Amino acid sequence: MKLPRFSRKTLCIPYAVFLVFFIIIPMCVILFYAFTDKEMNFSFSNFLRFFSDPTKLSTIAYSIVISLITTVICLVIAYPVALILARSRLKKKFVILMLFVLPMWINFVLRVNALRELFNLLAQAEALAWLENANIFKTVVGMVYDFLPFMILPLYTTMLKIDNSLYEASADLGGNAFVTFFRITLPLSVPGIMSGVTMVFLPSMTNYVVSDMLGNAKVTIIGKFISDYFGNDWHMGSMIALVLLIVVFVSTWLTGGFKSEENVRGANL
Amino acid sequence: MNKQLLMKCLKAFFVGLVLLVLYAPILLLAVYSFDKTDMIGRFEGFSFTHYAALFQNSKVLGMIGNTFLLAFLAAVLSTVLGTAGALGMFYCKKRTKTAIHAVSQIPVINAEIVTALSLAVTFVAVGLGKSYFTLLIGHMVICTPFVVLSVMPKLKQMDNSLYEAALDLGASPFKALLQVVLPQIIPGVISGFMLAVTLSLDDYIVTMYTRPSGFETISTYVYNATTKGNAHTAVTLASLWALTTIIFVVIVLFVLISNLTGRKKEADR
Repeated sequence: MKLPRFSRKTLCIPYAVFLVFFIIIPMCVILFYAFTDKEMNFSFSNFLRFFSDPTKLSTIAYSIVISLITTVICLVIAYPVALILARSRLKKKFVILMLFVLPMWINFVLRVNALRELFNLLAQAEALAWLENANIFKTVVGMVYDFLPFMILPLYTTMLKIDNSLYEASADLGGNAFVTFFRITLPLSVPGIMSGVTMVFLPSMTNYVVSDMLGNAKVTIIGKFISDYFGNDWHMGSMIALVLLIVVFVSTWLTGGFKSEENVRGANL
Repeated sequence: MNKQLLMKCLKAFFVGLVLLVLYAPILLLAVYSFDKTDMIGRFEGFSFTHYAALFQNSKVLGMIGNTFLLAFLAAVLSTVLGTAGALGMFYCKKRTKTAIHAVSQIPVINAEIVTALSLAVTFVAVGLGKSYFTLLIGHMVICTPFVVLSVMPKLKQMDNSLYEAALDLGASPFKALLQVVLPQIIPGVISGFMLAVTLSLDDYIVTMYTRPSGFETISTYVYNATTKGNAHTAVTLASLWALTTIIFVVIVLFVLISNLTGRKKEADR
């Protein structure tokens, strides 16, 4: 018996089947639940209930504001760090970059727990007693703490690619540090900013582990909101998930998409 | 000249400060994991109590074993599926390739809660319920796309004529793939595997939604211990400091060793 000729293309069949079963079909199921009522009849009631409920909409807006603050703080801290490292002539700058990535490999929840213990310790001091109930503050700090490497890495890789001769040319032509920064560094690092922003903004809108553990469960972000609804109303939960899905894809599209070559978790380091 | 030196100091100070904040919580736990008591704030005396408690608590040991076994299984399966998928996609027609790639990107950019929820709803709707199988699938959904993303660039860099040469010299397509193509993309496969391991180890949300009841990983255990604070967890919380410290030390050692051996290989070239 002769086996049919082996084709390299057939290798993608298992993966394609996997994607259909565990990504495409589940997305369709969400869509189905979002537009049906409890009797499984087609209805817009979840849609209307969602968009006519001010508390739901304000929770979403609140969550987006927290994410924006987190993203801006991450950018403000990460940009100088990435620039200093990328422009540094140190031979061992790789080691310093490694130090920024290393905490990412400790379990996420254990890391948040470590920060929680630090906050508890700080709150014992009289001057810092306000920390005890500063739920939003602690949540934002926790998110910055957790997602900072996601911002540093893409910025660093983009800045590293900027041709050194551009800086020399700028200096030769009499550009001072400000001019060089605004006309060379900043425009050329925009792709890095975009992927960094996507990498931080989306998880900080949805990863409710940080807000639950540091915000005494008093800070409700979209992710938490979905999971709360999911407990008793699959249809509404699916509707919010669908809205979030659209937000995610629109913002990815706006920021120019995900750059796959920037390996976001630093496994290639 | 003095101004330059000042700038240098400022830069070093800034980078150092960010690193200090990044490591402060972990170092705090590392110090207090050797304390006699389970109170952070005053160091009462050096002891291994918390480490002993960690290794005597069968529940904690069980969940650590669960986490690593799950990460290993998910990473192996994801690596096989993802590598085969990337290979197949690479040789497919452009349109097929774009389609598979687009679907494959969904779990990468999508919010984890939406992925988790869509999977959970689907599993329950088709009667699979929640079992170790669904948990494994859940982890594969978040890991495999990253394996594909790691392998793809290596395929693009590959010298395609070597495969043709192998066929001309009489190798079967399968043998040529295994002995000629695979060795060229192996760095991508390895980094994909590592990425899959870290993603699985870190995951909380997908685990939470797809796990069978009573199954605990480090993430779910720590999350429950800190947010639902039961009376019996006081001792366990302190043993989690020990766990954090151990994981931290293991990661530092791993990075050191892999860097040293990596440097050596580069030097040999």
